[in-house]
Amino acid sequence: MISVNPKGEVWVFAEQHEGKLEDIGLELLGRARILGDKLGVKVGAVLIGDEVKSLAEKLCHYGADKVYVLEHPLLEHYQANSYGKVIDDLVHKYQPQIMIYGATACGRDLAPRVASAIKAGLTADCTDLQIGDHESKDKMYKNLLLQIRPAFGGNIIATIINYDRWPQMATVREGVMPMPELITARKHEIVAEKVHVTHDDLPLEILNEHKREKKVNLKASRIVVSGGAGVGSKENFRLVWDLANALGAAPGATRAAVDLGFIDRDHQVGQTGTTVRPSLYIAIGISGAIQHQAGMSDSQKIIAINNDPQAPIFDIAHYKIVGDLNEIVPKMIKAIKARV
Amino acid sequence: MAYNCVVAIKQVPDTKRITGEAMNDDGTVNRGALPAIFNPEDLNALEMALMIKDKFGGKVTVMTMGLPAASAILRESLYRGADDAILITDRRCAASDTLATSYILSCAIKKLDYDIVLCGRQAIDGDTAQVGPQLAEKLGIPQITYVEELISLEKKTISARRNIGNGWQEVKCKLPVLLTVIDEANDPRVSVAKKLMKCKKARTPVEIQMQMKQDNPGASDDELKQLAGAKVKQLEEKGLLIKQWDLDYLKADLQWCGRDGSPTKVHRIQSVVLTARESKTIEPSEQGIADMVHELISDKTIS
Repeated sequence: MISVNPKGEVWVFAEQHEGKLEDIGLELLGRARILGDKLGVKVGAVLIGDEVKSLAEKLCHYGADKVYVLEHPLLEHYQANSYGKVIDDLVHKYQPQIMIYGATACGRDLAPRVASAIKAGLTADCTDLQIGDHESKDKMYKNLLLQIRPAFGGNIIATIINYDRWPQMATVREGVMPMPELITARKHEIVAEKVHVTHDDLPLEILNEHKREKKVNLKASRIVVSGGAGVGSKENFRLVWDLANALGAAPGATRAAVDLGFIDRDHQVGQTGTTVRPSLYIAIGISGAIQHQAGMSDSQKIIAINNDPQAPIFDIAHYKIVGDLNEIVPKMIKAIKARV
Repeated sequence: MAYNCVVAIKQVPDTKRITGEAMNDDGTVNRGALPAIFNPEDLNALEMALMIKDKFGGKVTVMTMGLPAASAILRESLYRGADDAILITDRRCAASDTLATSYILSCAIKKLDYDIVLCGRQAIDGDTAQVGPQLAEKLGIPQITYVEELISLEKKTISARRNIGNGWQEVKCKLPVLLTVIDEANDPRVSVAKKLMKCKKARTPVEIQMQMKQDNPGASDDELKQLAGAKVKQLEEKGLLIKQWDLDYLKADLQWCGRDGSPTKVHRIQSVVLTARESKTIEPSEQGIADMVHELISDKTIS
């Protein structure tokens, strides 16, 4: 761990694959900028790879004051051991007070390894990050990172802090933080760091890799039509598809519906799925667990259809329809086809 | 060759079955009111270890850190085919975050002879997926996370396929290694009736002491100690003793355990309070729905 260092910078791990920056790093820079301004400290991006310096400028345009560039031929492909080691070294050298990672397959593999090596705290899948004070029995801690996340199956919202073993670290899912505005005139600094890595830091041999496009682009859709466990069966999920097709919308689902095999995991909306902010979100047979809400509550308009008038989804819906979805959804399809 | 596997498992409240009765008045969750279950993905990790044992031989040891009642999932692991079970229980483990938990588990695993450590990807009470990678780091071994398929084991080398969300990756690595296993990896076997009958009798030393006290109400402390000692020995011979380790036995450094060893602390817990919005209740009639659709078209929500 490093000691408490209120002058330390706010850092973001800027994930890149094959020389292309992932959106998540840019999203995180938006929030890091807000945190850094509040604390009056600089925002740094940590960029690791082989020959990736050309990506640094873009990170500055999205809010970084400094980009730490860690280049080495052995860092071309991500591995927890090698990336973890160079981050560990960098953290000890510069003593940042905060470091944020994307909760991607890569970030969730890397961040805990780093936290363990540094012996620092880490909070997974935060849905919000703020600066605030913490008062304990005998002491006041000022300007801590408040790491806010649903916990316990989404039945509570926990705010986690780390007041003594820094850096304060957290992961955030893709799409949770809005993409910041691009600023091209920002003053910035690029710091080329010497790194020490050897073949011993590469225990894995990558034999083969296959990337596939997601079956659906939920983030880019103006309308999302999602089904939950209440839809009842894979066959009945046809209703969700039909309504989505009628609206030119993307079909989404809750984790429960995905776990029940109604639809592929690519369609999952929520804390452990995709976060969406469409103009219209239609929730069919969805009770509205907080993890699901974490992924859709910022939608501009929400229609909820559920036979249980007590379902929590109705608390955030703009249009509430209590009744049998098997009757309501076909009526909606009919009304849309008649009007559009 | 044979491989020794250690599977780190967790007993969790069944968060999928939270009802109003499981909530306290202040909005916090009453853990006691929820059924305690075997964390689902830990069953996939155990299944992978058992498949390795079936194919190559070796020993499967299951381990959990928790309250004495967590012995239930260790017994369940024995039914399913695990050879040895270890309960790490100690009041000083309380309030451990993922970092402290992985430290304590690492102290225990270092006492064993292992080739492969397996964990479920994540536990449903926290969903952090942190203990696996942290445990690997503490043991100083590489990690293969999100394993959906074990491709091969040859001498001291393992190959596995990882599910990386938007695709997959096949990697190869020298043993020892830590794997985190996802639910798509396999369908956990159910227990065999014969094994179930036998392993139902497996107990931890604390459970034996309590049983002896209950069965012999008049006995003195010395007599109880003797009775318990004999029972422990008897179960040990039958392979039905669940080992029970505490932090002293692990020689764990207490500054890294429990609350003191946990950098993350809870600042605040809020029950989920939903903000009321301006909303309309729509009649589920043809007219009600048509009016709503019309409204959404005229304000250009639907184009």
